[in-house]
Amino acid sequence: MSKDNGSSVAYKIFSFVVLIILAFLFIFPLYWILTGMFKPPAVINSPTPQWWPHEWTMRNITELFSRRTAPLFGEIALRVPGALRWLINTVFMAIMAMILTCITAAMAGYALAKKRFIGRAFLFSLIVAAMALPKQVILVPLVREISALGLYDNIWAVILPTVGWPFGVFLMKQFSEGIPGEMIEAARIDGASEFRTFTSVVVPMIKPGIGALAIFTFINSWNDYFLQLIMLTSNSNLTISLGIATMQAENSTDFGLIMAGAALAAVPIIIVFLLFQKYFTKGITMGAVKG
Amino acid sequence: MSPELRRRETVAGYLFLLPSLIFFVGFVVIPMVMCVVTSFFDATMDLNTPDKFIWFDNYIELWQDPVFLKGLTNTLIIVLVSVPFTCIFSLWVASAIYKMREGLLSFFRIVFYLPVVTGSVAVTVVWKWMYNNYYGIFNYVLKNTGIISKNINWLGNPQYALWCIILILLTTSVGQPIVLYVSALSNVDNSLVEAAEVDGATNTQVFWRIKWPQIMPTTLYILIITTINSFQCFALIQLLTSGGPNYATETVMYYIYYTAFKLYRFGYGNAMGVILAIFIGILSAVQFRLAREK
Repeated sequence: MSKDNGSSVAYKIFSFVVLIILAFLFIFPLYWILTGMFKPPAVINSPTPQWWPHEWTMRNITELFSRRTAPLFGEIALRVPGALRWLINTVFMAIMAMILTCITAAMAGYALAKKRFIGRAFLFSLIVAAMALPKQVILVPLVREISALGLYDNIWAVILPTVGWPFGVFLMKQFSEGIPGEMIEAARIDGASEFRTFTSVVVPMIKPGIGALAIFTFINSWNDYFLQLIMLTSNSNLTISLGIATMQAENSTDFGLIMAGAALAAVPIIIVFLLFQKYFTKGITMGAVKG
Repeated sequence: MSPELRRRETVAGYLFLLPSLIFFVGFVVIPMVMCVVTSFFDATMDLNTPDKFIWFDNYIELWQDPVFLKGLTNTLIIVLVSVPFTCIFSLWVASAIYKMREGLLSFFRIVFYLPVVTGSVAVTVVWKWMYNNYYGIFNYVLKNTGIISKNINWLGNPQYALWCIILILLTTSVGQPIVLYVSALSNVDNSLVEAAEVDGATNTQVFWRIKWPQIMPTTLYILIITTINSFQCFALIQLLTSGGPNYATETVMYYIYYTAFKLYRFGYGNAMGVILAIFIGILSAVQFRLAREK
């Protein structure tokens, strides 16, 4: 830039330094989890922190995996450490929520964007209005409904409500708006059925949108602590977040063990986020474009 | 459109919507209606005892319940502090990074999003350790730099506890707004900016006269989502302080949880939920109005 004078260069350097400091502060809690899990109890429970562990121990991790066991899956006889079962539950929950949300939202979003039918405008306003409401408020009545359905303390109790949340439909409608009408028209003239038009014309065009929604749903479902807390109770049905929360309520000062648990909850999802963050960013921004 | 085609479109439209509608109606609309209806009943967890219709008693009781009022006050403090701060902070970060090279931009975007992805439980437990009276890093650093002279029990002190929670909330709230602002700022019409620069406009003028109006819809969206998020602050409270000490960190959301799942007073909890939804609705509407007028 030709207009750059001394003061704006100074400002740029200043803001870069501030950004670096902020970045450091934002990374620090994660750093503290990842190093804390390898510190022996004597170091953890000392008023003088070790910025970098002098002595690495596997004690916390062994402790985490030696606690109460649970069946590997369902009610089968093979038993594994509780923490592993929690992880399996969480992965199952997040994947199921993701698949169901993507299928239903892609279909609904396409219908709302491209089909002309009575009640379309009403349905869309209902969806937008529901999105503006605090999600957690409906969770209390939801528990009674889930109990009435006999799904309380069942992993599906945390999957189904996630699928119902209308953000996905909204997002997929935004993406479907971009499909040229002529392509759908052409498929129709070729005699393709409605469903075939959807799978062979629409889906390939909204693939980036589905990718964004998939990763978004996966991460949100993984981290939806409140929903998990009110729906799941027995040890073998817990998710990893819930398991760690329970564990810290029981051993509130064994920070080493708790950090090992926190790492088990956070590291897989951070890896997923880093691998797919391009899609994720796209999902966040597309969701904000007002329709 | 021919009647035949119109009929076909309607049938197809609803068939495509059906799976999604089942979930939406079943797990969003029905609970929403139940929330309002139950708030007029003396309802419990027990499905076998019939609920008793008690008109507005739950709502009347709310305004005489000191814990609810304390929770409402704290919630409003959280919202009033965190919403403006989150918006200003993320706008500043976004404008500082949006012109950077792709790699650097991604790096900062990821870093500020990290606390969100890490998940509320993992984030909360590590902060709990950092705030700890004896082994926490805060007391160590502040004592060694001479800022405090003796250890402070951050979460156990009614004077500090709420602020400690707000601090964590802030670190977990700025990620999404930064992503949104970066994208909004890079979409600002550059020809206007260049024209203004040719006319000798300063950076500040360019920002307020040209960029600010163009990113206004984003700001509005951020205001609304941040408000909703701050109102719902829950995991932090439940895991760190359970609303204590002496209700210093009680929030509406935590009290709803406590009433419904510890005291099993569903109707009363739902009445609070309705009030919370109304508050959020009013705030969103006001923000929307203000943004429209400008």
